[in-house]
Amino acid sequence: MSWNDSQPMVSIKNVHKSFGALEVLKGVSLDVMKGEVICIIGPSGSGKSTLIRCINALNDIQEGSILVEGQEVNDSKLDKLELRKKVGMVFQQYNLFPHKTALENVMMAPIRVLKQDKDEVEKTARALIRKVRLEGKEDSYPGELSGGQQQRVAIARSLAMKPDVILFDEVTAALDPETVNEVLLTIKDLADEGMTCILVTHEMGFAREVADHIYFTDRGVIVEHGPPTNFFDNAKDPRTKEFLSQIL
Amino acid sequence: MEAFYEWFRVLYDDTGINLPFLYDSYDRNRMFYGFLMTVKLSVVCLFFSVIIGIIGAWLQASPFKWTRRLINGYIQLFRNTPPLVQLYFFYFAIGSLLPKVATDYGGQAPLLGNFAWAVISLSFFAGSFNVEIFRSGIEAVPKSTVEAAEALGFSRLQIYRDITLPLAFRVILPALNNNLVNLVKTTTLAYAIAVPEMLYEANQIWSDNVNVTEMMIFMLITYFLLVGVLVWGMDRWERAMKIPGYGT
Repeated sequence: MSWNDSQPMVSIKNVHKSFGALEVLKGVSLDVMKGEVICIIGPSGSGKSTLIRCINALNDIQEGSILVEGQEVNDSKLDKLELRKKVGMVFQQYNLFPHKTALENVMMAPIRVLKQDKDEVEKTARALIRKVRLEGKEDSYPGELSGGQQQRVAIARSLAMKPDVILFDEVTAALDPETVNEVLLTIKDLADEGMTCILVTHEMGFAREVADHIYFTDRGVIVEHGPPTNFFDNAKDPRTKEFLSQIL
Repeated sequence: MEAFYEWFRVLYDDTGINLPFLYDSYDRNRMFYGFLMTVKLSVVCLFFSVIIGIIGAWLQASPFKWTRRLINGYIQLFRNTPPLVQLYFFYFAIGSLLPKVATDYGGQAPLLGNFAWAVISLSFFAGSFNVEIFRSGIEAVPKSTVEAAEALGFSRLQIYRDITLPLAFRVILPALNNNLVNLVKTTTLAYAIAVPEMLYEANQIWSDNVNVTEMMIFMLITYFLLVGVLVWGMDRWERAMKIPGYGT
């Protein structure tokens, strides 16, 4: 495949997605370049989470095209493993493996999926745990960690696969307010290091700070998008204005 | 040791309580090998019934309609018919259809002996319950946990082996425990096709000695202890599998 990083890393074109009779995405298009951080915001039920779940094929789409580094996701012969090596994901409910320690959670996928050497993986995993500021918690089980700590383990678990892009699906929505910041800080570190990030979030202050581009979705379409300063200060569409007035 | 055995002969002479499997070396051997046969039959059937449960529950979630139907048909057939009828069916109906093999003495013997048929029949009987037990555990594993593994690139088989089964096991151990206890007790049915297990040997002994009461009391106590050991082991296993901070 002849993808190079002058082309969008993720290219979404006219994507339609329905659950039964309910059309959730009604023709969404957006591009994400390598190293870019984009935030998708919008009211509940506007299709934000569905959209990013389509990028790593957790949801299939009915119409349109999603290219990840030139690989078409909307393809019945899609090699999901190849796709998921490139695209990491962090979930709202962390979804750690409860029967594995923090360290084992991080080590599992590289050993099982990438068949990497266990000792090498352990070294990388310990470094990642340090990176998300959880040194000393390696041997704790998820049930023994706070929500914020679990979410940081989940981020480390995703990073262990060395993805090219990471999807963050409302990763702070289930957290206690006092632990939100530790998770946001971790994501900001990644953004600063040049990791390509696609975030669905309700943290407007954070979106404004880290995002290169903001997309506002409502009822299955992208209503408005732009760089954060433009978007937050000069929103043009009435729906965007109304949404922003309610939450800012 | 001889003095110990002789004591029971004196006991018989003095009180009429007849325990020949203690003072008579021939009966002692019969009882001992009967006990070994019961243990062997139990262990082999436990093993195969659990394997059947694991594979059956996996096939039950197969994307192929006919695979699912086959498994459900198997469960219905073996759960809704008496195990003694199943045993007779295998031994007399299926067994008589199989070709005979030549023996060393120039005669003919069935392809599969009564022990093999008891193992097949009892394993499939207990296995049908195990499939349903495993399925209930698998359904208790949150879909979001499985999704996290999918997003990391785990294959369906890897997810089943590394995530779903270990978590399901912890949920189902009490139910599995029950079914395996039932299986050990059901091995007495092998008596009906003359597998020389404990009850069969006890019958031989009481036929020779006319001491039904003593033998029956002895059987009750022995099975109570034998199953007690299994239950004790399963309880310990259940405790060992407990995850800190999970499911409390």
